[in-house]
Amino acid sequence: MGAIYLWWIGGGEVEERLMEEVRAQVERVLRYPARVWTSPERPVDTLDPARGQHLSTRILRWLLAARPPEADRVVAVTDVDLFIPVLTFVFGEAQLRGSAAVVSTARLRSNPGAPSADPRVVTARVAKECIHELGHTFGLIHCDDPRCVMARSVSVPQVDAKGGALCRDCRIRLEESRREVGGPHG
Amino acid sequence: MDNRKTRILVVDDEEIVRESMAGWLEKDGYTVATAPDGPTAVERLRAEPWSILLVDLKMPGMDGLGVLEEARKLRPDAVVVIMTAYATVDTAVTAMKMGAFDYLVKPFDPEELSLLTQKIVAQQALARENILLRKVLKREYRFRDLLSNSPKMHAVFDLARVAARSHSTILVQGESGTGKELLARAIHVESPRSTGPFVAVSCAALTETLLESELFGHEKGAFTGAVSRRKGKFEAAHGGTLFLDEIGDVSPKLQLDLLRVLEERRFSRVGGTESIQVDVRIIAATNRDLKKALEDGRFREDLYYRLNVIPITLPPLRQRREDLPLLVEHFLEHLGVELGRKLEAVSAEGMRLLTAHDWPGNVRELRNVLERAAVVASGPILDVADLGLLEVHTEERQGSEGLASLEEVERRHIAEVLRRTGGNVSHAARILGIDRVTLYSKIKRYELRKEPESGT
Ligand SMILES: Nc1ncnc2c1ncn2[C@@H]1O[C@H](COP(=O)(O)OP(=O)(O)OP(=O)(O)O)[C@@H](O)[C@H]1O
Ligand SMILES: [Mg+2]
Ligand SMILES: [Zn+2]
Ligand SMILES: [Zn+2]
Repeated sequence: MGAIYLWWIGGGEVEERLMEEVRAQVERVLRYPARVWTSPERPVDTLDPARGQHLSTRILRWLLAARPPEADRVVAVTDVDLFIPVLTFVFGEAQLRGSAAVVSTARLRSNPGAPSADPRVVTARVAKECIHELGHTFGLIHCDDPRCVMARSVSVPQVDAKGGALCRDCRIRLEESRREVGGPHG
Repeated sequence: MDNRKTRILVVDDEEIVRESMAGWLEKDGYTVATAPDGPTAVERLRAEPWSILLVDLKMPGMDGLGVLEEARKLRPDAVVVIMTAYATVDTAVTAMKMGAFDYLVKPFDPEELSLLTQKIVAQQALARENILLRKVLKREYRFRDLLSNSPKMHAVFDLARVAARSHSTILVQGESGTGKELLARAIHVESPRSTGPFVAVSCAALTETLLESELFGHEKGAFTGAVSRRKGKFEAAHGGTLFLDEIGDVSPKLQLDLLRVLEERRFSRVGGTESIQVDVRIIAATNRDLKKALEDGRFREDLYYRLNVIPITLPPLRQRREDLPLLVEHFLEHLGVELGRKLEAVSAEGMRLLTAHDWPGNVRELRNVLERAAVVASGPILDVADLGLLEVHTEERQGSEGLASLEEVERRHIAEVLRRTGGNVSHAARILGIDRVTLYSKIKRYELRKEPESGT
């Protein structure tokens, strides 16, 4: 049976505790089997030297080719800062109704005004963003409910403000989309 | 709120920009499409409606300002946001002057883009609601295509609604351009005969013989030129409505013929003997004073009573000036579509002028004045100069200094009426209340033909 693969593609050491915690959250909230995948392969040609950031759209393209064939979906986690050309940064990016997503821990680690946040807080943020981006791959769009994990968050305080779970409407929409594509039952 | 109705077009020459931006916006639920260059964007603008355009400033060929310019023309309701990598005050100012909604310097904060799109969507929703609300309100002010805010006209609408249900003959009276034909058509559409034909005949346009054959048809050889049998308008209107326009201009002989048809509901074709029966609802109209024609013996009393079963009189525009704002808005909307331009309003000063004007040509004259103004105006607001109406002179001047002679006033007035009627002498004669021969002699005397605009 297929599963969601979580793949650390950062430059630094893989944070196993973080990955395992995020995996558990993903599985619980999306009710979909998830596993941590390790591979030394890393995306190439995604760095914009002038900006010192990586182009997330390119990472998604690379992921589609590099992901293990048995993965239904793959969410890559990285420590580099991500951007899309018109925006100063993004926390992550996903293909809507696709199978690849990427989330950066770079900005989620910092606290406005403070050098770094509590690891538990960081883990919660990364889990929220991974679930959020994976939600997009299941066809979910942004939610008007500010507590829902599918609410658009464009700043760290906004990530902290929302919950880690899907609201009722989004849960129903997720079930529907899964029935349409015929994924595993959780 | 359902964002799918918000259609966003991203225009950028770089593929990665188009792809990433479209992806970002799609996740807010918007309907997003992309165009790689100016000409493609213009094509898509022409083909479909758009709510928001996000346009890169620098593109080879047609640049962002070029797209902006086309968008203002093709889709004036679409909001255009210009994106650029280099902020120069000059281009920003130019873009805003050309009607851009905002100007974003790349790269911008996600929060900025998020707030901007939300703001635009909220404003557009509000604008849509306003239009909807106005449409709902307008419905009460209308009888089919006739609009009015005036109690006098509302009484007319009420009467027309009731009259439409019956089969009785209707006589519509009113000055030229008050909407008599429009009303006749509206009554037909509201009547149980709406699926049948609506046939209009202008009784003033034809000679007696031609009108006779036009109305009743003719048999082959009925007169020289009648090479084959032809059905008349009475037959053509079978099961529907026959609109006899300018009934006041009908000759005595035809008045008698019409009287017979109205009495017997049957007639025969010119040169024929077969008696034809038709089921026709008659609406007659005239801008002449039929009562007066009756007194002068120019119109048959019996025919008048046959026609005047349900009399409806349309008041002249000068007696319902409260209709001006509504009619102006209505015509601007139509003219805007016709001319493919956004026409927003008549300036306050212009409205003052329209309200003071006497409107001898009524609603048609108003339409013509606005049409002319729309053509000459450079922007979406029609101003005094565009309207081409004479400034109204209130009695500020004291004494006899500069006052015109009676003859001069007559000359000026005739010139003005001729100008308004587009030089149509019959029409002008009717407005002036004189016959055409008299008008021709006056035109000659005042030499109005050579310089129709002189003295105005
Ligand atoms: N109440 C109204 N609302 C909207 N349009 C109107 C109204 N009244 C008249 N019009 C418009 O004004 C113009 C003149 O109307 P119409 O032809 O019905 O006038 P009429 O009374 O038959 O004139 P005439 O006596 O010269 O034949 C048309 O373009 C018509 O659509
Ligand atoms: Mg008419
Ligand atoms: Zn999202
Ligand atoms: Zn939700």
